[in-house]
Amino acid sequence: MIHEAGSTVYSEKDKILLAHGSGGELSHELVASLFVKAFANPILDPLNDMAVLRVGENRLAFTTDCYVVTPVFFPGGDIGKLAVCGTVNDLAMGGATPLFLSAGFIIEEGFPLSSLEKIVFAMQKTAAEAGVKIVTGDTKVVNRGAADQIFINTAGIGIIPPGVEILGRNAKAGDLVLLSGSIGDHGVAILSSREGLEFSTTLMSDCAPLNELVAVMLRASPRIHCLRDPTRGGLSSALNELARQSGVGVWVEEDRIPIKEEVRGACELLGIDPLILANEGKLVAIAAEDAAEKILKRMQAHPLGKDAAIIGEVREEPKAKVVLRTQIGSTRIMDMMVGEQLPRIC
Amino acid sequence: MKFIDEYRDGEKARQVIEEIHRQAVAPMRLMEVCGTHTVSIARCGLRKVLPETVELISGPGCPVCVTGNRDLDRAIALTGIPDALVATFGDMMRVPGSASTLAMEKASGRDVRVVYSPLDGLKMAEEKPKRKIIFLGVGFETTAPTVAATVLEARKGGVKNFWVFSMHKTVPLALKTLLDLGEIKLDGFLLPGHVSAIIGSHPYEFLAKEYGLACVISGFEPLDILQSILMLVRQGRSRSPRVEIQYRRGVNPEGNLRALQVMRQVFEPSDAEWRGLGIIPGTGLTFRRDLAEFDACGNFELTVPPAQENRACRCGDVLRGLIRPQECPLYAGACAPKNPVGPCMVSSEGSCAAAYKYDS
Repeated sequence: MIHEAGSTVYSEKDKILLAHGSGGELSHELVASLFVKAFANPILDPLNDMAVLRVGENRLAFTTDCYVVTPVFFPGGDIGKLAVCGTVNDLAMGGATPLFLSAGFIIEEGFPLSSLEKIVFAMQKTAAEAGVKIVTGDTKVVNRGAADQIFINTAGIGIIPPGVEILGRNAKAGDLVLLSGSIGDHGVAILSSREGLEFSTTLMSDCAPLNELVAVMLRASPRIHCLRDPTRGGLSSALNELARQSGVGVWVEEDRIPIKEEVRGACELLGIDPLILANEGKLVAIAAEDAAEKILKRMQAHPLGKDAAIIGEVREEPKAKVVLRTQIGSTRIMDMMVGEQLPRIC
Repeated sequence: MKFIDEYRDGEKARQVIEEIHRQAVAPMRLMEVCGTHTVSIARCGLRKVLPETVELISGPGCPVCVTGNRDLDRAIALTGIPDALVATFGDMMRVPGSASTLAMEKASGRDVRVVYSPLDGLKMAEEKPKRKIIFLGVGFETTAPTVAATVLEARKGGVKNFWVFSMHKTVPLALKTLLDLGEIKLDGFLLPGHVSAIIGSHPYEFLAKEYGLACVISGFEPLDILQSILMLVRQGRSRSPRVEIQYRRGVNPEGNLRALQVMRQVFEPSDAEWRGLGIIPGTGLTFRRDLAEFDACGNFELTVPPAQENRACRCGDVLRGLIRPQECPLYAGACAPKNPVGPCMVSSEGSCAAAYKYDS
């Protein structure tokens, strides 16, 4: 393992822990200290959900994501639906119109073909809903035990309309923070269907393609500065990423964050913080103050944004931090998750 | 949500905060014993709304944090037994022992699984008869009865591949030890609601009678804690130390007799090693002889080298309330949640983790 500088950072004792894949602090550290260092280039370095490629006059958005969720089928979706939504959403978070996806499958020997069929049809249905085509793919089968049932990789390409400039570093003091709906649904739905966890819920994953909602928002006003989907690491990681990339303070009101009663209940029971639970059909937007109200109204008129709310604002200070105003009127830091809370939620 | 929202009500909280400011004339040093309180206090920014006269100090109330390195090393070593599947609460995964963690052992191929209840471990034992399922029992009186009930269930079902490594501890005598060390001057205790739901309020009476300390058993929502602080301030003001229960929806003075009976049917008091407090007789819970077949300690041969302590780590002082996490020289530098040196920085109930996560 040779880095650009020719020096290695890790010793033989260092091992990959599950927490390196959790989307929290350790994931970010791994990306920064290894991948970005080794691959460094001006397209990668801004670390947005997608890369922006200039091709002639056009700007293309390009992204990829791997899906290893367990269980493969969960309330409200399955790994196939997730693999399409996740990549479509990463493109949408750059304001791009998603166009084409690739699909790679790593399948464990013995996996039922009928399950694969269900997954593939779910992918096709979701792709049609999102208006994208799956245009290339690959399949590998590995020995029993070499993978857990099925893993999927999708990559996506979209086109960024002229005038749209949505980047993690664009938040400015005075902007308002919008959230498209209640948080934690996906995390709790997955958790409730896990082997070894004894609780039941009627909650469904919120898994959905968000490109149409983003298009509606952009029609309301192009003055959206940042978008992010709070997947792994939850709302907390998404807001912290934006605060760090823009070098601003993000201030959030605890009692304005929509959280469903079932999610709150499950979190109380299991001692989990809903702010770090994964979502697969929600977005956070940071928009100019005078445009926010109009964007909010349009969001609320869309089925995927009916519970949307303005949850906070952007200030100069404290730089690169998220501050939560608590229900007793005090304040505290909202930090990024460090350990793993729920392995393999996406 | 019922029973939760009403204890997070902003307007009621403001009224209680104002009343605390009016009543807290003389300085009071209060220790919150429970890790869940520590986290709740940090998470709602409660210290910032209290008057300067009221000082809150975190105590030895995070069960993972008070577990000594010797026990941690043995728990980690259990993962190396052939066919072992070690089931544990998630909090234990990244806690550093002398040389390793459960998470590191898992990464190198050993079978360690996170469960939310000891019953999940027992279920695994029934489903995987060829594996040796070892549950790591960590916790206070809150957790021990559930583990005990699971052991009784295992005996009833004739399960032969399920063991528990009991690192459980009991709270009241540890508070006595802390006070007898004489290092810290306190005016009162914010006592743990969940532990007290099991043991009741009587085991704390000595704190008021012999040590003259104000005591309130508190719930965990911000308003619970604020009300309890107000009750403590009033006790201090009227110089009438006693054990009061704020958390009436969870605690009665007698405790949960059924849970206590189950706990005593399986475990008996023993010595226990507490990080920061040393060995305290009578605060451990070890298996009674007739259930020794479920005791992981007696049934597996472990060769564990003597425990090593990181001398610079001051978790022990943090747990005794002598220093705040920020006063430890390792805090936020050599020791942070992603590279924890001591357990208080990694456990979700640890004082250092709470300070790092919510105050920094």
